[in-house]
Amino acid sequence: MNSRELKPNGLKLFVFIASLIPLGWYAWGIQTDNLGANPIEVVTRGLGTWTLNFLLITLAATPLRHYTGWTWPLIIRRMLGLFAFFYAGLHLTTYLWFDQFFDWLAIGKDIFKRPFITAGMATFLLLIPLAVTSNARAIRKLGGRRWQQLHRMVYLCGVLAVLHYTWMVKADISNPLIYWAILAVLLSARGLWRIQKIQCQRLKNSTHRTKAARCEKY
Amino acid sequence: MHILKKPHIPPSEITPQVVYTRRRNFLQLSAGLVIAGLLPEAQAKLGPGKASVFSTTETLTSLKNVTSYNNFYEFGTAKEDPAEYAHTLRTKPWTVSIEGLVKRPRTLGLEDILKLAPLEERIYRLRCVEGWSMVIPWLGFPLASLLRQAEPLGSAKYVEFITALQPDTMPGIRRGVLDWPYTEGLRLDEAMHPLTIMAAGLYGDILPNQNGAPLRLVVPWKYGFKSGKSVVKIRFTDREPRTTWMKSSPSEYGFYSNVNPAVDHPRWSQANERRIGEFFKRKTLLFNGYADQVAQLYTGLDLRKYF
Repeated sequence: MNSRELKPNGLKLFVFIASLIPLGWYAWGIQTDNLGANPIEVVTRGLGTWTLNFLLITLAATPLRHYTGWTWPLIIRRMLGLFAFFYAGLHLTTYLWFDQFFDWLAIGKDIFKRPFITAGMATFLLLIPLAVTSNARAIRKLGGRRWQQLHRMVYLCGVLAVLHYTWMVKADISNPLIYWAILAVLLSARGLWRIQKIQCQRLKNSTHRTKAARCEKY
Repeated sequence: MHILKKPHIPPSEITPQVVYTRRRNFLQLSAGLVIAGLLPEAQAKLGPGKASVFSTTETLTSLKNVTSYNNFYEFGTAKEDPAEYAHTLRTKPWTVSIEGLVKRPRTLGLEDILKLAPLEERIYRLRCVEGWSMVIPWLGFPLASLLRQAEPLGSAKYVEFITALQPDTMPGIRRGVLDWPYTEGLRLDEAMHPLTIMAAGLYGDILPNQNGAPLRLVVPWKYGFKSGKSVVKIRFTDREPRTTWMKSSPSEYGFYSNVNPAVDHPRWSQANERRIGEFFKRKTLLFNGYADQVAQLYTGLDLRKYF
């Protein structure tokens, strides 16, 4: 299917519903007692995993647009980012509630003492301004350039989130390594086209018209 | 493309459902009878076992949870992996060799080991270093009665436990998550303590593979990983053994690894625990609630330094 045939509203509705499936899965699992011996652990970790998944999917939107020319990744990017924030909020809530039972002293100690909690909490705090400024009004108010600079913080969020996961794991870091690999690809894709952009600008300024023609999209 | 064509089967060839379900039921029933006839010989229940004063009266963790939520990294690092993959573990024949600083090094078969002392039911709390706990009715006997068989020398100060390494049955060891074979260790007085047992069963029956069949260590006042599963070798030494988790992360896992709410794992608190099956967390007790029995082993020892 050509991407132009996808109506933005239909696409958005589809992504919205699909993004709620993980939440529905855990809710159903709790309801039917289907999550094994330690359901709270399964839900807490599952919601964390889905925060990571949504962060990485969101980070994939721009490179996908860049390398394929499709426009639909940009149409759903904001919603995906907000779902990352949504799952991060649920993940944090499970920690505050079912792990600590709102013992704020213990939570405070945890944040300062345990690097993996520090990293997780920092990720959530940094996601807040991004979620708050995810509307058109905020873009207008901040100005496109400043808004973009602010939203580059999502790269840092990605790194902190995967760090949070890596430091939490006891011995088997194979899953965190997969997330590191995907994150590395997504971030280096951006670095790559920045370099290309600079090179193309140089070419445009030079006399190599044929080579410069290939740089149209920059 | 014949695979896309429906094979022609005349209606007369098709067995009616009523007939084939009845046939299946009959076969299952007769197979069941045959197996039942063989069972008393092949797989006698181990239990119930002598009651013990060391048993707790707390609510037992369900058999399902005890046998489906396990750490047995040789079969994978996910909690459900051992229940899924450990059925391949070869537990027959099984021998345990006792060596090192002993007068009589020897290798004992499982059948002979089980005759050394009457089996007792020991209902113990189990506290995992990850922050969860269970209450498990083990079937076992004091480790001391096994250790005495080899007559340890006066120079023996520590006991090292080496567990099974079966590369063909253990999918987890192909990955270098830990240094295999999994080894653990105790000080001699800890090993000889009456609370320390070798378990051969739980819930009145032989140990399921995922719980460390056919013979495992159970040291209830230490974090669960100290209780090595599927033990094959016991070695007496004069030097503190370096255990698998000490090699993996020396700053996080010490030789003693006594349950202690005041000494945190560097990455998480040990003050509380979630008893499997419960919603609210409980306060973790010093020595997992066995302080009355074992605290005197550690008088004068800085539990923070020797964690």
